[in-house]
Amino acid sequence: MIPPGAIAIVGAAETTELGVIPHLSEIGLHADAALNAMADAGLQPKDIDGLACVGPMRPQMIAHYLGLAPRWVDGTGVGGCSFLLHVRHAAAAIHAGYCSTVLITHGESGRSRVAAMPRLVEPGSLAGQFEMPFGPMGPPTLFPIPVLRYMKTYGVTHEQLAMVAVIQREWAARNPRAMHRDPITVEDVLNSRMIAYPFRLLQCCLVTDGGGALILTSADRARDFPTRPVYILGSGESVETPMVSQMQDFTSSRAFRVAGAEAFRTAGIRHADVDHLMIYDAFAHLPLYGLEDLGFVPRGEAARFVWERNTAPGGRLPVNTNGGGLSYTHTGMYGMFALLESVRQVRGTAPAQVPDVRISVCHGVGGMFGASGTVVLGRERP
Amino acid sequence: MTLPPGRARPEPTPETKHFWDGTRAGELRLQRCTGCARPYFPPRPFCPACGSRKVEVFAASGRARLHSYVIHHRPVPGFTPPYAIAVVELEEGPRMMTNIVDCPQTPEALVLDMPLEVVFVPLDEAITLPLFRPAREAAR
Repeated sequence: MIPPGAIAIVGAAETTELGVIPHLSEIGLHADAALNAMADAGLQPKDIDGLACVGPMRPQMIAHYLGLAPRWVDGTGVGGCSFLLHVRHAAAAIHAGYCSTVLITHGESGRSRVAAMPRLVEPGSLAGQFEMPFGPMGPPTLFPIPVLRYMKTYGVTHEQLAMVAVIQREWAARNPRAMHRDPITVEDVLNSRMIAYPFRLLQCCLVTDGGGALILTSADRARDFPTRPVYILGSGESVETPMVSQMQDFTSSRAFRVAGAEAFRTAGIRHADVDHLMIYDAFAHLPLYGLEDLGFVPRGEAARFVWERNTAPGGRLPVNTNGGGLSYTHTGMYGMFALLESVRQVRGTAPAQVPDVRISVCHGVGGMFGASGTVVLGRERP
Repeated sequence: MTLPPGRARPEPTPETKHFWDGTRAGELRLQRCTGCARPYFPPRPFCPACGSRKVEVFAASGRARLHSYVIHHRPVPGFTPPYAIAVVELEEGPRMMTNIVDCPQTPEALVLDMPLEVVFVPLDEAITLPLFRPAREAAR
C-alpha cells in the first residue's frame, strides 16, 4: 500500500474560462487547463513524464498536442469520475517509480460540442439491446430511474430532494465562477420545468464547456514547488454496471460503497476527521446516495441531514462548496471539478472557503451509478 | 398493438439471440444456472453468480412488479411525451427496463410495486419488444 501522504498534488487549475467556450475545441480545453496547471506548479512540458486523461485514444492526442513524452500513461475512461481513478493510479505509478511527475487533464466541449468525443451506445451492446429501445435519451432519463424506489423505501419527499439544489445554490452564490448564482427556493425547484419525473430542471446538472488539470509528484519533491502541497491520503475505486436498470440495489450504489470504504481504509481516517466533502452531483439524488454509501449518515437519513442544513454554508459537514454540477459547472465529466474544489479547500484558496480544512474527501460517479472513485486529500503529511 | 417508428433498434448478438427469438415467439426467456439454480438477466452464456457455463434457457411467467421509473417529458424519436421509462422486477427475480402500456403515464397511475404482465409488441419483422401492462386480475 502507498503510505498516506507519500504523493502530493502540486499543480491544479481549471480552464481560463468556464461555461460557454465556443472558441476552443475539446483538445484546446485540455491544453488550456494543462498549461494553467503547469504554470501553477512552475513546470514545462519537458518536466512531465506521466499522463492520464479519459480514453480511448486521448492520451496520445494530448501528449502530442502538448509536446509530452510520457513514460507512463493511463487512459482509464469510466465516465465522470475517471479523474479520481487517474489520481489513484498516478499515485501508485509514482510510488512504484514508473514516473515522477504526472499530468491529469480534462477538457470537454459539453455545451458547444466543438470537436467533442462522440456519445454513442452500440445497438448490439447490452445497454443498446436492453435499455435503449425503451426510450432513454441520455443521463436525465437514466440517472434518476432509481429515485422513486429510494423515495418510497425511505419516505423521502419531493421537497427534500429539491432542498439539495437549494443548498448548492447557496454555495454557488459565494463563487464568482459559478454559472448560476441567484438564490432559489424549494418552491422554485418544484415549479421548474419537468424533465423526467420526479426530476425537474433545477435538479439536473448544467451542460457546460470547460476543463481542468492536476499535477502530482512525490511528497519528497513537493516542497520544491511554489504551491502548497495537497497530500493524497487514500483512494478507492470500483465499477458496477453500465446499465442503471441492473444495479443491484436501487437505494444504494455498490460502486460507491466499495470505493468509499477503500478510500477511508487506505487513508486510515474516520468520518469525524473529514472537514469538507465533495460528492459528484449530476442530479439531486447523488449527494444523498453519497452521504449514505460513504457512511457519513445511516441509510435513509441523508435527505433529513441535508434538509436540516448540515451540508449548507455554516453546517457541520460542508458539501459541494463550489456549487456543484447543479450550479457551478458540468461539462459532462464533472469529476475533475470536484477534485479541483477539494484541492482549493485544502490549499485554503476556495472562493467559499471553509475554515481550517485539514481533510477533504472527494467522491465521484461514472456513468449512471456505473463506476466510482473516491480520493482523500490532506493538508499535512501524516 | 403497433409501435410508431423511430425507436432505437436492438441488435441481437449470438449470446442474446435466444431472448429475441423468444419475444418474437411470445415467450420471455430468461436463463438460469443448472448448478446454483439462480435466474439471471441480461443474457450471457454463463452464470454471473458462480461462473459456471452450465446454464439453461427457460420461459419466465411474464408476471412482474413495477420497481421504479421516470416519466420523460421531452421528445424522443418513436415516443410521445410524457412517457414512462420503467424498470420492472420479474417474478423470477431479475429486473429489466421496459415501458408500461395500457396505463396513463402519470405518477397517480404508475404506482410502485403494482402487478404487471408482459405483452409482446413487434418493433419490426425481426424484433419484438417485451413491454408490460397492468395485470388483468388487478385491473378488474
